[in-house]
Amino acid sequence: MSFLLLIEQILNGLQFGVMLFLTAAGLTLVFGVMGLINLAHGSLFMIGAFAAAATAAATGSFVLGLAASLAAAAAAGALVEMLVIRRLYNRDHLDQVLATFALILIFSEGTRWLFGSFPLYLNIPLALSGPVTLPGGIEYPLYRLTIIAVGLLIALGLFLLISRTRLGVQIRAGESDREMIAALGIDINRLYTVVFALGAGLAGLAGALVGAIQSVQVGMGEPVLILAFVVIVIGGIGSIKGALIGSVLVGLTDTLGGVLLPETFKLFMDPASATAVGSALASMLIYILMAVVLIVRPTGLYGARA
Amino acid sequence: MSRETIFNAVLALGLLLFPLWAYVADEPFMITLATRVAILALAGVGLNIALGLGGLVSLGHAAFFGIGGYAMGILAHHAQSYTPLMEVPFLIEGTKSMPVIWLVALAASALAALVIGALSLRTSGVYFIMITLAFGQMLFYFAISWPAYGGEDGLSIYVRNSFPGLNTLDPIQFFLIAYVILAAALMFAAMLAKSPFGLALNAARQTAERVETIGITPYRLRLTAFVISGAITGLAGALFADLNRFVSPSMFSWQTSGEIMIFIILGGVARLFGPVAGAALFIALEHVLGGLSEFWHIYLGLLLLAVVLYARGGIIGTLAGREVAHD
Repeated sequence: MSFLLLIEQILNGLQFGVMLFLTAAGLTLVFGVMGLINLAHGSLFMIGAFAAAATAAATGSFVLGLAASLAAAAAAGALVEMLVIRRLYNRDHLDQVLATFALILIFSEGTRWLFGSFPLYLNIPLALSGPVTLPGGIEYPLYRLTIIAVGLLIALGLFLLISRTRLGVQIRAGESDREMIAALGIDINRLYTVVFALGAGLAGLAGALVGAIQSVQVGMGEPVLILAFVVIVIGGIGSIKGALIGSVLVGLTDTLGGVLLPETFKLFMDPASATAVGSALASMLIYILMAVVLIVRPTGLYGARA
Repeated sequence: MSRETIFNAVLALGLLLFPLWAYVADEPFMITLATRVAILALAGVGLNIALGLGGLVSLGHAAFFGIGGYAMGILAHHAQSYTPLMEVPFLIEGTKSMPVIWLVALAASALAALVIGALSLRTSGVYFIMITLAFGQMLFYFAISWPAYGGEDGLSIYVRNSFPGLNTLDPIQFFLIAYVILAAALMFAAMLAKSPFGLALNAARQTAERVETIGITPYRLRLTAFVISGAITGLAGALFADLNRFVSPSMFSWQTSGEIMIFIILGGVARLFGPVAGAALFIALEHVLGGLSEFWHIYLGLLLLAVVLYARGGIIGTLAGREVAHD
């Protein structure tokens, strides 16, 4: 295993982590502000990917596709919030889990009904295709590098939004005391819709960006949703900073584990069984990481103390 | 007799009479549907002990369902290929005997529930939901990437396992096995709910502090409930695998966890017969709507949404009133 390969895998892990962050940020915001567990967040990721693939196929423009993914996912988010989610804020978590599980069924089958069961493809724009040579002679796909940059920029923007803007002040106030900010004359219903749509839009954008690497298909959102759960459990529910650190940790652990573990086992096992044991263990690694974090800190790295 | 007791009796009798009618009318497929209802209801009875009685919203019960399934798959696989399960340090052979498989499924899923529960119960609320979900996924990916027992393709068993004195390949006899086990589990769950343990668990769900004040540790109560719950769901998994003569990682999938939870919600949370009513409705919907439209999950989703938003308490709650509604 060469040093160059290791750097490449670290970049892959970083790219994966940054995309997870875009999904996890919305999930953790929605939980932090509204106290809602939203299983249908993965469906918004999928809607973004489908909107981007359909728009890019119709117009030939990747940028328009990205814009469509943001718009479609945010609009779907706002609509669902006003029709269904709003009724769930005062319910217990069980009702929230079931209602949002029902939403997944509706979104997934609805998408299958609209687009069919075959995957769609979203092509990487020409200007971003092909590799670039990084310092040290590493060849790395330009598109993935762009994703890392875009993701980090969005993370920065989100931090600024929350720490520096009026909306951010309202979001933070909503996290600590929702009755009080309603009493101060802030339209809490509108704030909730905006936060939900913001989280949905980010998830949709992540879906579109990832959709150009994988194929765009029904059910693509749920694996990401579960990883996003792992991320916010590790990072601490409600914490954006925790979501970022958790995402990068999960991204790196998953990617590096998949490469390094089989290699490590090859040192003292025959190659075939080393690959089997290594890859089986690697697929469980992030959950083991989560369990370890929970044993040390039951409310996650940056979660409020229970 | 309360309306709920009457409803329960009708349900229990109906689930028995329907396959008997199908047997007389020579409709083996209908018997299989009823068997599915009985087995899935059993999985729901298991989850209901954690969810209804203990207030533990586990979204990872597919883990135990899958472990039960693989316990059956692995034992039967070794028996049908005449290879021992392990030779060192001592010899373990596969088996085709249902009672042995059930015991192994119970023990294996109880052990898994002990480990998963001990870790997950350190947390509560949303964290608990997400962690149980994540543990379920962990086993799902492990089952997919572990090649020894079929990996992604799963394991097929050629002949259904045997039960002394019965012909398990006959649908009605296999149904009766599942029905008797379901009835035993329901009786056990009813006794558990009325026992000092069940009362303490119920109290811990409502106000953990008060239970602690009188010297009971909620953590231990919950862990015990979680282990019992996981073991029963594991037994259902073994039966389900035997019904299909096939196990695959999809038994571990989080959709399975969601479906087991749906049975309970459709039927009514913390109702003894809630999972039975829910599983029966689910299978009936799957059969009827699935025949009408390829996209029947949309209707299932809408129905579920309507139940959660408007008909809290599920079928039994709507029909029998909200005497023991959850809070």
